[in-house]
Amino acid sequence: MWLDRLWQGVIDTFLMVGVSSLIALILGIPLAVILVTSGKGGIFEAPNVNRVLGAFVNIFRSVPFLILMVALIPFTRLIVGTTYGVWAAVVPLTIAATPFFARIAEVSLREVDHGLIEAAQAMGCRRWHIVWHVLLPEALPGIVGGFTITLVTMINSSAMAGAIGAGGLGDIAYRYGYQRFDTQVMLTVIVLLVILVAVIQLGGDRLALRLNKR
Amino acid sequence: MTATAQRSHSLQTPDSHSAVQAELHPEKASAHVRFSQLGKVYEGQQGPVAALQGIDLDIQRGEVFGIIGRSGAGKSSLIRTINRLEQPSSGRVLIDQIDIAAFNEDKLVELRRRIGMIFQHFNLMSAKTVWQNVELPLKVAKVPKAQRQRKVAELLELVGLQDKHHAYPAQLSGGQKQRVGIARALVHDPAILLCDEATSALDPETTQSILGLLRQINQRLGLTIILITHEMAVIREICDRVVVLEQGRIVEQGPVWQVFGDPRHEVSKTLLAPLQHALPDDLQARLQPQPSASHPSVVLDLQFTGGNGSEPDLSALFNAFGGRVSLLHGGVERIQGRALGHLLLAVAHSPLSVDELLIRARKQAQHAKVLGYVA
Repeated sequence: MWLDRLWQGVIDTFLMVGVSSLIALILGIPLAVILVTSGKGGIFEAPNVNRVLGAFVNIFRSVPFLILMVALIPFTRLIVGTTYGVWAAVVPLTIAATPFFARIAEVSLREVDHGLIEAAQAMGCRRWHIVWHVLLPEALPGIVGGFTITLVTMINSSAMAGAIGAGGLGDIAYRYGYQRFDTQVMLTVIVLLVILVAVIQLGGDRLALRLNKR
Repeated sequence: MTATAQRSHSLQTPDSHSAVQAELHPEKASAHVRFSQLGKVYEGQQGPVAALQGIDLDIQRGEVFGIIGRSGAGKSSLIRTINRLEQPSSGRVLIDQIDIAAFNEDKLVELRRRIGMIFQHFNLMSAKTVWQNVELPLKVAKVPKAQRQRKVAELLELVGLQDKHHAYPAQLSGGQKQRVGIARALVHDPAILLCDEATSALDPETTQSILGLLRQINQRLGLTIILITHEMAVIREICDRVVVLEQGRIVEQGPVWQVFGDPRHEVSKTLLAPLQHALPDDLQARLQPQPSASHPSVVLDLQFTGGNGSEPDLSALFNAFGGRVSLLHGGVERIQGRALGHLLLAVAHSPLSVDELLIRARKQAQHAKVLGYVA
């Protein structure tokens, strides 16, 4: 009985983390590229865009997830029609993950040696070429590392979402472990989470290492 | 140069790409690159800083042209105005008589494909193989794959890296990295190659081989090479002409033999000092300012600038001086077919006065002076 629930919890956690991180990946990379290239001396210099986006990212990054989740309830209802369950949790998770990941990716992009950009310009690259052929490939190992951190952070946040009724492993740990003092379930959830995080971290590190040719 | 004058000139520049291409290969070659009253001002923390001031310079097609100066002299800014990595604050840069100031992104990309550039720190893409690095300029220019493969293979062979196609830059030595940089810079068959301190991060032996390669490329492909460096040895090795830059201004310019044989400006002399035969300490210690019974021999410093195209005539010198002449120190080197350098001679038991010796010395050498007296 509770094993079925546990299995459902794993699937729900995967869904919440997977969908929100995937959307964060798709939105976060362009956001990071805009943040880097629109800054002073950037190839698409646009100080106002940079300031507005930067402020936006900072606001969402500074609100603790639990509060963000509650504050976003009206917005979540607007988007998915309910504030309960896995899909309702995906909305605040995505909104928390995107700026988080964008900032980490931004740091990796910023670390690309300016000399490479200069070399690309000198060889007749257009600005989009520089993003596509220089910035992104050179920053890729760092971006992969940053995405790994995002995944792990989202597992953390999804457990918090679980506690207010989103489902997933956090929900199970909360209901069985906290409300019913079922130590066995609690421990199983902890072990599952540790394994999940370890596998993600190891996989991410391996991939980043393989991509790093420096 | 006023803004309106600049504007009216830019109106004459052709609009289509093909026109730019055509103009880059004019039938009559005069100055290949011309700087006209070029200036560059940076906004520093304590107000504006002039990095370049009133630069007027012609660089001829096919020559190897050196720009030398101490760090902060403006060399980097100057060379970067040629492919507009740096935007001048005033004045003009003309490439084949075309002012490049008004170029939009399309024309700028077209121009940059005609101007290769190599860098002190190579600036290779670490995530790409040697092959991919050299292929990149062709790829972004949408050159068909078959043509790309032919060109990349040809250039990697030219720079001697045919066995390193699949290596990553991190697996290469500094010299090999610069060879990849050279192959990448040449992949569009440029008319001009810019070298930004291209050998400054390399050891002396590798420097020689890279300079040799550049010389070979200049002769084989006939392209104009413009290089900046802070090492006079690099200039001596491959340049035809040189300018010396100091605080954003040209302080000396001419054929390399002339600047080496007879440097006029203090900065040129300072830059040349490591290459010259300075007075050895032991000799310096023995020198007395005035002649005496114990120090009767006069020490003459004879400078040969290569100006008259002849080599130092030793027998003529000895005959002119009389007495006993010994060679203390010095050396003569050949640059661009001219013999130039210094000779330090000690003259003893000469019947002539010191003034007479100097007059006679100056008939053989371009400059002569008395350094002192030795035993």
